[in-house]
Formats: sequence, structure tokens, C-alpha cells
Amino acid sequence: MPSSDYDSACLPDLLPLYYRRLFPFSQYYRWLNYGGVQKNYFQNREFSFTLKDDIYVRYQSFSTQNELEKEMQKVNPYKIDIGAIYSHRPNQHNTVKSGTFQALEKELVFDIDMTDYDDVRSCCSAADICSKCWTLMTIAIRILDRALRDDFGFQHLLWVYSGRRGVHCWVCDEAARKLSVAARSAVAEYLSLIKGGEEMVKKVVLMDPIHPFIRESLNVVEHYFPRYALQDQDILGRKESVDKVLALVPEDVRKELQQDFQNAKKPETRWKLIKEQAKRKQGTAKKGQYFEKEIMLQYCYPRLDVNVSKGVNHLLKSPFSVHPKTGRISVPMDLKELDTFDPFAVPTISLICEELDRPRTGEEEEKSEEEKPEDVKEKENEKDTAERRKIRDFKRTSLAKYVKYFDQFLDGMAGSRKGDLLRKSDLQKEF
Amino acid sequence: MQFPSRRRKNNINPQTELYGHALQFYGQPPLENISLSEFETFAVDRLKLLKTIENLGVSYVKLSEQYAKKLETEFKNLNFPYRPDADDRKIQSGPSEYEKRRKDHISHFILRLAYCQTEDLRRWFIQQEVDLFRYRFNDLPPKHKLEFLHRNNLQYDTISVEEKKTLLDKLVNSSYAVSGITVEDQDFYKVPFQDALDLVRTRKVYLKAGYVYIPHQDIVTIVLNDFRTRLSKALALTARSLPAVHSDERLQPLLNHLSHAYVGQDYSIQKNVGKISLEQIDSLSGKSFPLCMRQLHQNLRESHHLRHGGRMQYGLFLKGIGLSLEQALQFWRSEFIRGKVDADKFDKAYAYGIRHMFGKEGKRADYTPYSCMKVILSNPPSQGDHHGCPFRHSDPELLKQKLQFYKVSPSGISQILELVKGMHYQLACQKYFELTHNIEEASFSLNHPNQYFIESQRVLGGGKDIKREMDTPQRSQDNAVAKGSGAAREAAANAPQGLAEMTEDLDSFFQDA
Ligand code: SF4
Ligand SMILES: [Zn+2]
Repeated sequence: MPSSDYDSACLPDLLPLYYRRLFPFSQYYRWLNYGGVQKNYFQNREFSFTLKDDIYVRYQSFSTQNELEKEMQKVNPYKIDIGAIYSHRPNQHNTVKSGTFQALEKELVFDIDMTDYDDVRSCCSAADICSKCWTLMTIAIRILDRALRDDFGFQHLLWVYSGRRGVHCWVCDEAARKLSVAARSAVAEYLSLIKGGEEMVKKVVLMDPIHPFIRESLNVVEHYFPRYALQDQDILGRKESVDKVLALVPEDVRKELQQDFQNAKKPETRWKLIKEQAKRKQGTAKKGQYFEKEIMLQYCYPRLDVNVSKGVNHLLKSPFSVHPKTGRISVPMDLKELDTFDPFAVPTISLICEELDRPRTGEEEEKSEEEKPEDVKEKENEKDTAERRKIRDFKRTSLAKYVKYFDQFLDGMAGSRKGDLLRKSDLQKEF
Repeated sequence: MQFPSRRRKNNINPQTELYGHALQFYGQPPLENISLSEFETFAVDRLKLLKTIENLGVSYVKLSEQYAKKLETEFKNLNFPYRPDADDRKIQSGPSEYEKRRKDHISHFILRLAYCQTEDLRRWFIQQEVDLFRYRFNDLPPKHKLEFLHRNNLQYDTISVEEKKTLLDKLVNSSYAVSGITVEDQDFYKVPFQDALDLVRTRKVYLKAGYVYIPHQDIVTIVLNDFRTRLSKALALTARSLPAVHSDERLQPLLNHLSHAYVGQDYSIQKNVGKISLEQIDSLSGKSFPLCMRQLHQNLRESHHLRHGGRMQYGLFLKGIGLSLEQALQFWRSEFIRGKVDADKFDKAYAYGIRHMFGKEGKRADYTPYSCMKVILSNPPSQGDHHGCPFRHSDPELLKQKLQFYKVSPSGISQILELVKGMHYQLACQKYFELTHNIEEASFSLNHPNQYFIESQRVLGGGKDIKREMDTPQRSQDNAVAKGSGAAREAAANAPQGLAEMTEDLDSFFQDA
């Protein structure tokens, strides 16, 4: 096993190699071009680059895949962000009359960042993560993915590991890309249960009746809660953490529980006591009757940055961008393997560059040719050999499986586009 | 004058046709000529109605009993159509129902002209008109609601009985007011979720595969959505035909005055720049800052950082009390570099935002300090945030502790908490002001953190530390509405006089757009 030790000082040396031989430009373009259905969709898309020394350039745009490729290989961005599709080419935004340059569409995006959970995780804080708190991301993805599909009817959700301490979701359905700002914020608020800033202790308050969406979300949380909260985070262990939990229950119950806890030290037993109290309360009181559910949600429910989701022109870090601090590639996540996803196993730029230098084995070559989807194969025939070599290049690294999953995701979108077209032409035939 | 769009339809009798229902969708502009003085009264009255709507929306739960009662009074005072059935029997004097409806119609269209000009104005106008419409629609008896829907051709898809049966549980659990029995005997409408955003946002509706299932009793949401969409399209169209109106010398100043009136005092006028030194801020924050700003200041000093929402709210406030750009940069930099941010990073990542607040970067907007309403209603704080209004966004328990810490008397605290409970956040803040400044009853009605500051300085002896050159905010409009109809009438008389002075500020106002 080669060492994947990443040193940010090497980034300037590694990035050129990454953009020249590894970055999956063809898939990337295929994604953002969305089948070429709408005119200038790719051309009017804003990219922004963070260059060396935190130099930030906004409003980049490109006419073709080739142009994008050339530019990235020239400037070797430390970080790539993707913005909206504008009314005009973003790189010409200064030349159009002010007021007419407007952000029109963008994927509906979500940004979940572990730092927002600092008040409920004891293992790490700020930018640090570990396998214990990573469960929070798993829960977040499970809950949001279900709701976006079942409740809102979206199908094409791309989940991406940010490279450090969080995940992003890109909802790519046409309907999602066309949502107004008001609709985006309504969706985000529907999905937000944690309310209030630092001056608010109790951040979840449930009322009767409990909405089906909350029930579904609770099902997910309940599945992870005993292992994650009671064991890994030990929220009912040390005195300070117990006090924090008890601050969320009604005053009369709090006193009783404090007493009971003196004889019950095991977290599971303590949790059982809380649940029993809640059950009793449900029979009598009207208010505060759901406190055990509220505790679970406050500790585990996804914390969204609503402002990121609201804005059409908000920029978000691009998939396959490198995280300059960790060196990890921002990779798409296959939800079929979500429970075993390990952020620390995500390849770093040093690792995959190193893998390139290893002698290739013939067997790898063949296998990779077969697996390509039809339309990619066709395209390849038209491309020059350099391009073909690049495609084979990432196949020889640990990046391959993520690109492969990305391909599947794109196939799925191409499939629904085809379906839409067929339906449309069928309709026309009927008349 | 005549209205610019003159799509005269061949309708039979415009009087009965146009005003056949107490509530209108405002599909057709008025076709008649009206005098300039009528134009003016109508417009001012409607503006007052909309201001009332706005203020009530902050102080009360929308559509609560008190909200409705206050609004009802305002309707009567200003002669807008209200509950025709009840009125008809009694009216002896005053304008007829027809005249009221005509006033409703015409005044709405006048304000469209005044409020179509910028994004901000449009947003404000739409919001108030939508609230107004919601209130009036809700108030209609069921029979009139249906009649209104028919009259305006509003039809929505309902779901079948079978579908209702399979979804019964979910439908019951998705709405506060639907029980198993009422599900059976009311219609449910199925519309794309985009058409009922208010219900989606608050999770008051069942949502499946992109569609919401709305019980008939909530149909107002879909109707409102229609209303909002049409109004916003209409405003965009009106904006395009505006040059014609602008060339009218009699109308233009009036329209501009009308549209200016909504913001009230914006506290961004930099009369007092440089009158405050950075050293004074700590002591001022204890004496004269409202709690929201004191809280931000304290957190900034403690953690040497504030997140975006806090930087905006506090930064603009500081600008409003007279910090210059240079002072602001120095203030934020010196605090931030004490934390995790070094000077270089500060200049790259934060200085831009601060210059932006002062309008020096990215020519878009010269930001004005946030009003209480804005602080209370928009962009609520989330994890890591300290902004917002402590009366609205703190746990009552924490608020209590804080007030104790600030040495507010127990009886004062309970008065404040009582107001908070009733959701009168600004009144709670005003009570806090009175208690901490030792005055019986404040002579102003609080609606802006910067107003709080100015009033506090005034009480504390005009501020020996700060030269008193701060103007009394011109707040007649706001107060008029808050204090009821008597003052409102007075303000109505005053409003046109203010015209000449007001037009001077206009240029700057429209440059923001
Ligand atoms: S009421 Fe206004 S001034 Fe008072 S704390 Fe709240 S936002 Fe600040
Ligand atoms: Zn951890």
C-alpha cells in the first residue's frame, strides 16, 4: 500500500498532473450540458476558481468542454465552485446592461457541514471529524434523500463528499433547476427542523399532529440513535452531557429524572427512563409531550444551511474539486454503500497521482474498455488518443470507482430525458 | 388623468360588472378619468391601509382576533369595502358600498404605478397586498368564497374518494384542522407543490411526489398564490410602461412620494459620521444599544468573530450610528485578528463585505440598517449565529437570566416576558427601554434599532459624549398607524405637505434599484 500522506505544500506540483491526466472532463461536461436540451446551458454557467494564495476569480465561463479543459490546465485551480446558469455568458457580465445579467437556473443544492453540529457532538469540534460523528452525515443523507424523492418527487440526486467535513447534495432534475428562490426556500424550510441560534437551548419543538415527514425522519433517527448517541457519543454518560439532555425536558420531569439517574448509570437504562416519562406525559399534558422525540431530533437531525439552498446564484464547491487542506477529492457518493462510506478512505490527490506512476497491468486495461456506456464509447472514437489515454489514466487509480458511479448517475439522467422525449412524441402522434 | 393601459373591454355595464363582488382580483385597470385630488386621497388612504397591515403583521399573529379587529377598524375609518352584508342595513351616511369598491379598485392600481419601479418596492407592495387579500378572503362567508372563485374562473383539481381513503391517515396528520370526519366530507385539491409554498414551508399540508393535497378549508393558499403570481407579473408589465407615466409632471412627484413613504426613516443618512470614536463603543453598547446589538457586540468581543448574519446586522447598525468606513474597517479588523483570522485573511475575506456595506464595492446597493421588522422576520439565526432579536429569538429562560443580569427589576422582567409571550417583541423592547432609562412611557414607538439608539442618547442628556446632531427621525407615517385612526387622519393631512422636501431624496433612493 503506497502512502497517501498528503502535504499541502505539494499541491502546486500535483494539480497540473491532476488536471492533465485525471480530472474526468468528459463526464463533467456531460453532466453540466444536460443533454444539450436547452441552448447555451453550459456556455452560460458560472464557474469560479480559487487560485494560489486565495485569489478568487468569479464569473468564468466556457463555450466548450475543450475550452474549460484548457483553462483549468492553465490556471490549475486550488478549488472549483459552480454557480448558476445566467441570462448571458458570465465572462461577459460587464458588457451587458446592468440589471439584465441575471441568474436564471441552478440545481437545487444542500450543504451540510459538521461544524454546525458542534453543540451536540463530544468527539470533535470545528473542522475535525471522526468515524463517530460521521454517522450524523449518514443520517442527514438518509433523511433528506428520502424526502426529496418521496415527498418532492425528485429523482436525480447527486450526493458529494465535500473533501473535509461535510456533504453536498445536487438535485439535478429539470424541475429542480427551474425552481424560484421562494420555492427553494420553502423546500429548505420544509426540511429544517432545527430552529434557533446560539441563544436558543431547545431547538426542536413538535406539535400535534406529527407531520408524516417528521414521522419518516424519526424512523431514520431511531435506527441510528442507540448506537450513535447512547454509545458513541455517550450523551447520557458524563454529568455535563446529561445536564444538556435534561435541559430539553419539562421542568417537573427533569427533577424526577435527576433522581432516577442516581441509581441508573447505564445510558440505555437512562434512555429507557426518559422514554417512560415521555409516555406518561403523553397521557396527561398537552405541551412538551414529545420531548424524547425532540431530544433525538435535536441530537441527530440534519442541520441545513438554508441560505445556500435558497439562492439561485449561490456558489457551491464542485464535485471532483480537490480540498486544499486535506488533499481529498470531492467525490460523488454511492448511496448503496452509504453505511460503509469512510471519508478517510476517500483518495487524496497525492495518492492517485502516485498510483499513476505504478506500472500498469494489462488486465486492468481490458476490463475498463468493456464497462463504458455506449454513448461514451462512441464519443471516444472521435477523440484523439491523448484524450483516450486520460480516460484510461483515472481508471488506473482509486478515483475510478467514483467516476464509474458518476457515469451511472449521468446514464440515469440521460434515460429520463429519453423517456420524456418519447412521451412527448407519443402525445404528438395522438393528435 | 387616465390610466396608461387602456384596454377597454366591451363590457356592458362596468359599474355592476366590475364591482359585483366585495373582493376583487384586480384583473382590469380602471377605465374612468379621476381628478388629481381624488387620485391623491385614494392613494394615501390605501398606503395607510397597507402600512397598517404591515405593522399588525409584526405585532400580532396574522388573522388572530386582535389582528382582525384592528384591521376592521382601519377599513371602516378609511372607507374601504368591508362586510357588505353587515354594513348595508346600517349605512345612513358615508360613502356607498359601490363607492368603497371603486376606491378599493382605483387605489390598488394607483399604488401599482408607484410601487412597480424597483425590486424592493414591488416585494413590499406584493407582500402587503397579499396579506390584505388573505384577510379579506378568509373573512368571506363560504357562499361568497365560492362565488368569488366562479366569478374569477378559478378551478382546481380535486382527488377521488378512493384516493382520499388510502391517504386518510396522512391527510389527517398533515393539517392542524382536519380530523378523520372532516376529511370525508371535504374536497381535497391536488396541485404542484410550487403553487402552495406557504403550506409547504410550514409543513401544514401533505406532500407526495411533488404534489400537495390541500383541504378545501385551506383553499385560500392556492388562491393567494394565484393572486401573488398575477400581481407580480402585472407589476413587471406596468414597470415597462412607466416611462409614459414619468413624463407626466403632475404625477411623477406624487408617485415617487408614495413609494418613498413605505420605508419610513431608513437611518442610513450619514449626518453623524465620525461623531463616535471606537473607544466609546463598549460603554455605548451597555447604555444605549438595544439588546440585539448589545448581544452581538458582546459576542464579537468574546469570540472575536461573528458570522455573516451578525456582521450584516451589527455592521449596518454601526454605520447608522455614525461609524465611518475607515472606523468600521479598523473596528472589525482589530477584533477579528484577535481570533482565528490573521490580517491578511481579513483583508481578503472580510474587508470586501464591509466596504460593500458602505457602498464602496460592487455598485449594487448602499445598504441601510435593518429595521426591527427585518431583524424579527427575515433570516432567523441558526447554528452559531447571534443575530436576530433577543425578544424573538431567545429562549424565554435565557432572556430572563439576561435581564436579571442587566439588573432589570423582577416586576419589569415579568412585564417584558408577558409581552414576549404575546409576541409583541417591539413592545417588549420598548418596555426594556423605559425600564432601563427610568421613564414612564416612551414618547416614540419603536421600530428600528437605530431609533432605539438615538432615543436613548436623547434621554441620557443628549449625549455629552456625542455631539447632538442626529435628526429626529421623521416617523409620522409609522406612528400614525401604530397609534390608531386619530393620528392617521392627521398624518393624511400632513403627507402631501411633505412632498416638496421628500422629492429631494428621491434620486438617491432610486439609484439603489
Ligand atoms: S425590538 Fe428591535 S431594537 Fe429591540 S432588540 Fe428587537 S430588533 Fe433590536
Ligand atoms: Zn468526531
